[in-house]
Amino acid sequence: MIIINTETIKGLAKDGKRMDLRGMLEYRSPISIDLDISFTAEGSAKVTMGDTVVIAGVKLSIEKTYGDTPDEGGITVNAELLPLSSSEYESGPPGIKAVELARVIDRGIRESKAIDLKKLCVKPGEKAWFITVDIISINDAGNLFDAAGLAALAALRTARFPVVDEKGVIDYKHKTDVKIPIVKEPLPVTVYKVNGQLMVDLTVAEEKAAESRLTVGCDAHGVISALQKGGTTPLSAVEIGHILDIAIEKSSFLRGVLDKFVKA
Amino acid sequence: MSEVFVAERDVVIPGEKLADGMDFLPGENTYRDNSGIYSRVLGIVGLSGRVLKITPLAGPYVPRIGDRIIAKVFDITMSGWRVDTNTAYSALLNVRDATTRFIKKEEDLTQIIAIGEYVVVNITNVTSQNLIDVSMRGPDLCKVEGGRIMSINSMKVPRVIGKAGSMIQLLKEKTGCDITVGQNGLIWVRGTAEGEYKAERAIKFIEAKSHLDGLTERVQALLN
Repeated sequence: MIIINTETIKGLAKDGKRMDLRGMLEYRSPISIDLDISFTAEGSAKVTMGDTVVIAGVKLSIEKTYGDTPDEGGITVNAELLPLSSSEYESGPPGIKAVELARVIDRGIRESKAIDLKKLCVKPGEKAWFITVDIISINDAGNLFDAAGLAALAALRTARFPVVDEKGVIDYKHKTDVKIPIVKEPLPVTVYKVNGQLMVDLTVAEEKAAESRLTVGCDAHGVISALQKGGTTPLSAVEIGHILDIAIEKSSFLRGVLDKFVKA
Repeated sequence: MSEVFVAERDVVIPGEKLADGMDFLPGENTYRDNSGIYSRVLGIVGLSGRVLKITPLAGPYVPRIGDRIIAKVFDITMSGWRVDTNTAYSALLNVRDATTRFIKKEEDLTQIIAIGEYVVVNITNVTSQNLIDVSMRGPDLCKVEGGRIMSINSMKVPRVIGKAGSMIQLLKEKTGCDITVGQNGLIWVRGTAEGEYKAERAIKFIEAKSHLDGLTERVQALLN
């Protein structure tokens, strides 16, 4: 049973207050990142943001290149919301929330051209490295987008290519020192509108009370690469302007957290 | 010779052997197998003379007649509301138990209690098939308006209330909040935003540290 205190949350939001006395634009603390939590993945990270826990893993494999991009590798992002992480999730094929989460994270990385896919090419037209990022929710206490984005980037940063022998067979048990060619580091920041007020890092109950949200992916220079709007009510141009300002500011905050725990 | 393997306030797990021999008696949440006494649940040992009993640390809420609970309305029927009791079974709140006012046949029940709202109710009947009847007629029973609802493990409810209501009294005094505790683990806190947060934190603290000695003093220290 998820407890929702919608009326109270909305009433407080009007005065710029929150249930846990946080500021409207304040993230839960502490935010921490644990690295190399999976020994089978090439890179992995666990992000803890308040009570929210998300893990991400990076796998690397050599596949045949796509016909339209013969000199490039590729990246795919999958998300799975474990039934254990919230009473709202069921096992089985991914639901709308899991699909959206995967797509938002994927879009942030793909559209910002965060990874130099040309460098992943092994033999043009034949073979290239393909990156798979898996995101799994361990506990959903709200704000999965931001936590998952942080986890995905931390996992990509720590990933190391496995050893490949002369025949092209990958030895996953041994890793080289070669990193994934990351050129930009986009981080998603989700800003919600609750009773006309903008806030970040919502709890589950607050998410239920929110009218709409905008996830903004932007890199270290504040270049916006991806947007995703959710919720039922529209956002005005002025509001979107405010949201973008907040997102750029908060993404530099999250980047600080990332830099603190993961070496670039 | 009889022998006891545990001490007062030890934490035991299901199947753990507590004592051996016929000099001891199995109490609540324990059972006898041959000459041994074993724990049925995860909990804390209570030794009173020759009787061993376990106070569970976790577990589901089992509805009992006379319990005051906080429930959430999830459906409206011809004659009343179905409420989620935070147990495996839902309960029925009849129109005549919800209000003292006369309700006309064609009246819109959502105007009285809407889906998604919480109510403070008393359990009036539990059948052998676990059909639960609840009533909102009585002192302090009402629809939840304002404040915040929080949920804790129902096994910790006695700790939140404390001996003769000492803990809840302390919470009310220190936070200035009105607090209604449902036996099913749902708690309604209402006061200022700061007071509510303080109370919520204290209740979560009680839930986490309920097995420790001197809980009231610890909570007092937290609230000061």
